[in-house]
Amino acid sequence: MNKKKGLQTVVFSSPPVITSTANVVGPMEGEGALTEFYDRILKDNLDGNMSWEKCESSMMEWALRTAIAKENSQLADIDYVLAGDLLNQLMSTHFAIRNIGRPFLGMYGACSTLVQSMMMGSVLLDGGFAGKVAVAVSSHHDTAERQYRFPTELGVQRPMVSQWTVTGSGAVVISESGQGPRITAATTGKIVDMGIKDPNAMGPAMAPAAADTLWHHLEDTGRQPTYYDMIFTGDLGSVGKALVIQLFKEKGVDLASVYEDCGCMIFRQEQDAHAGASGCASSAVVFTGYIYRMMMRQKLRKVLLIGTGSLHSTTSYQQKESIPCIAHAVAIEN
Amino acid sequence: MLQAYLMAFIIGGLICVIGQLLMDLTPLTPAHVLVLFVVLGGVLSGLGLYQPLVDLGGAGATVPLTGFGHSLVSGAIEEVGKVGFWGIFSGAVKSTATGITAAVVFGLVMATIFNPKG
Repeated sequence: MNKKKGLQTVVFSSPPVITSTANVVGPMEGEGALTEFYDRILKDNLDGNMSWEKCESSMMEWALRTAIAKENSQLADIDYVLAGDLLNQLMSTHFAIRNIGRPFLGMYGACSTLVQSMMMGSVLLDGGFAGKVAVAVSSHHDTAERQYRFPTELGVQRPMVSQWTVTGSGAVVISESGQGPRITAATTGKIVDMGIKDPNAMGPAMAPAAADTLWHHLEDTGRQPTYYDMIFTGDLGSVGKALVIQLFKEKGVDLASVYEDCGCMIFRQEQDAHAGASGCASSAVVFTGYIYRMMMRQKLRKVLLIGTGSLHSTTSYQQKESIPCIAHAVAIEN
Repeated sequence: MLQAYLMAFIIGGLICVIGQLLMDLTPLTPAHVLVLFVVLGGVLSGLGLYQPLVDLGGAGATVPLTGFGHSLVSGAIEEVGKVGFWGIFSGAVKSTATGITAAVVFGLVMATIFNPKG
């Protein structure tokens, strides 16, 4: 049976269930707008570790183990772990999964990694290749700054279009059966590159990719945006979010009432995060916290989560390449 | 006295405003601005245009990075006058020896005491 629908979408015949989530965030995120939706808030960006990278790994391991424990499962019940982060060679992930001892596949989609991993997990489950899959992603403000931008000690000024990488990790357990919202469909994105070269302007760079994936999702499924209670993008920030609304307005579709960006939800205005939040953990901590709990309380019934990723590297930036961007979407319904 | 402070503030402030505008309005990074300012100070100094700024603004013109470029070039020119050709190589560093040595010494001390994290 062909589960493909339209050009880029699959509709699952036995929609996998999101049976558990867990998250952990850094202190700045903890003081943000979604405080009550986090399982654990670190007191500082090291949390007793010798390096920020070790801290990021420990957050991911904690989130993963907590999500599994929350639904009273054991590590041995997990058939596959799908996880990723932003650092070279998935450093944070590989050191976090070192002690997990379960079959593992590393995922990289920059900040779209959560949705990419949830899609792949759903494919494994709906295909009958697994009964339970755990997904985890992480990012850390200081590890990302070190790798992608400037040494934090340099105190470089951040332009207003720039976003603040979220320190945090989110984990999701997806099962073939159980209680919880179901992943009913997934739309795989294409790489879209509009030629933006400024790595500080990732929101505007990713917005066309997000709009493209959302457009094709709606076309493939024959749905209107209002089919969903809310459509969330991962980390476009205020500038990117406005661009998506604009791009849809040009096509004659009004998104504003059903659309929000996770990157605009994490920090409060006075926290000086400029254009909002970014990083793998942006969509992860909002999904595993606010969105998942709202779905469990039936406050949200149908949600489209679009992960957005800037697929550049530090080398490509130094060689003056533009930023290839991607967006993937999963439909989650009660 | 008060006038010297005021002029230092105005001249130094204006130089910094140029740097801020470059970072806000162009894609230049702080590293680009740093190099640009040193080179610009050197070029202006060579053309004889920076010394009047120093006369006017004092520390306001010598403390910003352009002042370092000015010291390098004016030092080289002065040394060429004394010892000829080789002054190009020795003069620049001679005139900036205090700053360079301070950077090396303080850098070494900080690196010994602290462990950089970022």
